[in-house]
Amino acid sequence: MAERPRAAPRLAAELRDVWKEFVKGGRRVEAVRAIDFAVAPNEFAAILGPSGCGKSTLLNMVAGFDRPTRGQVWANGAPVEGPDPSRAVVFQEPALFPWYTVLDNITFGPKTRRVPPEVYRPRVDALLAQVGLEGFASHYPAELSGGMKQRVGIARVLVMEPEVLLMDEPFGSLDAQTRLVMQELLLDVWERRHQTVLFVTHDVEEALLLADSVSVMTARPGRIKKRITVELPRPRALDLTTSPLFNELKREVLALIREERLRAAAE
Amino acid sequence: MPRRGPWFALLPLALLLLWHAAVTRQWVAPGIIPAPAQVAASWSTWIVGPPGKSLSPYSGTWLANVLHSSRRVCEGFLIAAGVGIPLGLMIGWNRLASTLVDPSIQLLRPVPITAWLPFSIAVFGIYDAGALFLIGLGAFYPIVVNTTHGVRDTNLLLLRAARMLGAGETTILRKVVFPSALPSIFTGLRLGVGVAWTAVIVAEMIAVKSGLGYVLWDAYYVGRMDICVATMFSVGLLGFVSDRIILGAGHLFLRWRVLEAHG
Ligand SMILES: Nc1ncnc2c1ncn2[C@@H]1O[C@H](COP(=O)(O)OP(=O)(O)OP(=O)(O)O)[C@@H](O)[C@H]1O
Ligand SMILES: [Mg+2]
Repeated sequence: MAERPRAAPRLAAELRDVWKEFVKGGRRVEAVRAIDFAVAPNEFAAILGPSGCGKSTLLNMVAGFDRPTRGQVWANGAPVEGPDPSRAVVFQEPALFPWYTVLDNITFGPKTRRVPPEVYRPRVDALLAQVGLEGFASHYPAELSGGMKQRVGIARVLVMEPEVLLMDEPFGSLDAQTRLVMQELLLDVWERRHQTVLFVTHDVEEALLLADSVSVMTARPGRIKKRITVELPRPRALDLTTSPLFNELKREVLALIREERLRAAAE
Repeated sequence: MPRRGPWFALLPLALLLLWHAAVTRQWVAPGIIPAPAQVAASWSTWIVGPPGKSLSPYSGTWLANVLHSSRRVCEGFLIAAGVGIPLGLMIGWNRLASTLVDPSIQLLRPVPITAWLPFSIAVFGIYDAGALFLIGLGAFYPIVVNTTHGVRDTNLLLLRAARMLGAGETTILRKVVFPSALPSIFTGLRLGVGVAWTAVIVAEMIAVKSGLGYVLWDAYYVGRMDICVATMFSVGLLGFVSDRIILGAGHLFLRWRVLEAHG
């Protein structure tokens, strides 16, 4: 089992009594309400919830793209003021720069931060190998499959060695087969770096396979309904999904989601 | 896409034949419109005929006039692009620049460049400056408007991606907004160069004493309709060539876009 560093005194990400309301065309939409949530360093935290419950809203506030209407968002011991490379994001769409090659997309961050090439070059080469894109460095995004694009999207943030990796349904638009490959890749990334991750998904199995904790959200306005600790041994592999403990956890989570759906329908 | 083959030549040939028939069979009143063969003959004398005191005062002067007009188009177009692209980037990117500049551009844009002629002559006189003013102004509008649109169309997700990778405003403008707006900018440049050719002919007909526009008006006055038609063909050809040049430059800079279209 991988050795886990002891919990550091400061949290990787923390939301304290966070509320978010959007005003659009004079109408108010309360996206999330009274969220208290924290991600410990080296934790892989997953958030599960029905569509439109405010998962992206929550993640965007940690990323610094959106500001809470009320409450505080902290990351790595400082209040979140805006986007920062220490909180790198993998979007649902690959969001690669189509005018740059794979290599230029991956080196965008280091170059922007004026990291010397001799520092980032070895890291880039290692990452290209790790995500299985050797030989594609000079390709343009348009020449890649969806899964390959998403791998570039992951490589370009890992090269920054972020303190927190924020992932918003990163595999949601991929086919089932590719998704499995990507999940394995992500497990591998976690094993190597014990990378802190905040991971948003619809997929119960995906959340349980990857995460140390799964937080289930209520329907909109989203709140954290329950946080479940996933005590499955690491390193993990895809065959974990057939283990009894996994299925027990899955039943528990599905029951929570069903309960929430019934509650939402009753309103 | 179906193969094109030589079919593109069909319609031009048919039109040429129609033109020839209309003149030789006198479907139009005789002496007004010259036949294709006559235009071709006059055009070739105009291009390669011996200059000086030959039968035609136009003999051998074609290239010089083409160069005059092309130089004006180039200069005016470069000024328009040099002002229009940076200004469009600022208007599209910066709310303050947009509030300050955009309304004036939108108000002035509907004034046709032909309506600026008297103003241009009064201010710049019968010199190149007047022609450059008209050409530059005419080409400026499509360039600035399309650049602005291109900037405003930049994908929010790409902006967020750049920000979380640590990019500041200048980097974002240079590495995200500008490349993203480039296809739109090239559309503006193509439209702009078309307007530039319109403007140069108008300016030369009235405000300066050289170039294809000047020849066009002069030939009309002395009743040389053959030269008029040859001038029209010349302008059309030059406009076509300059459009192709910009299109080619676009393909060079927008390789990633070509890949996208075929992917
Ligand atoms: N910029 C915005 N302006 C107005 N309303 C918004 C905005 N962003 C999100 N919302 C609203 O807030 C609510 C939560 O949206 P959010 O995108 O966070 O949901 P989600 O859980 O990520 O959904 P999905 O699973 O479909 O991605 C939705 O009702 C949405 O319409
Ligand atoms: Mg979402």
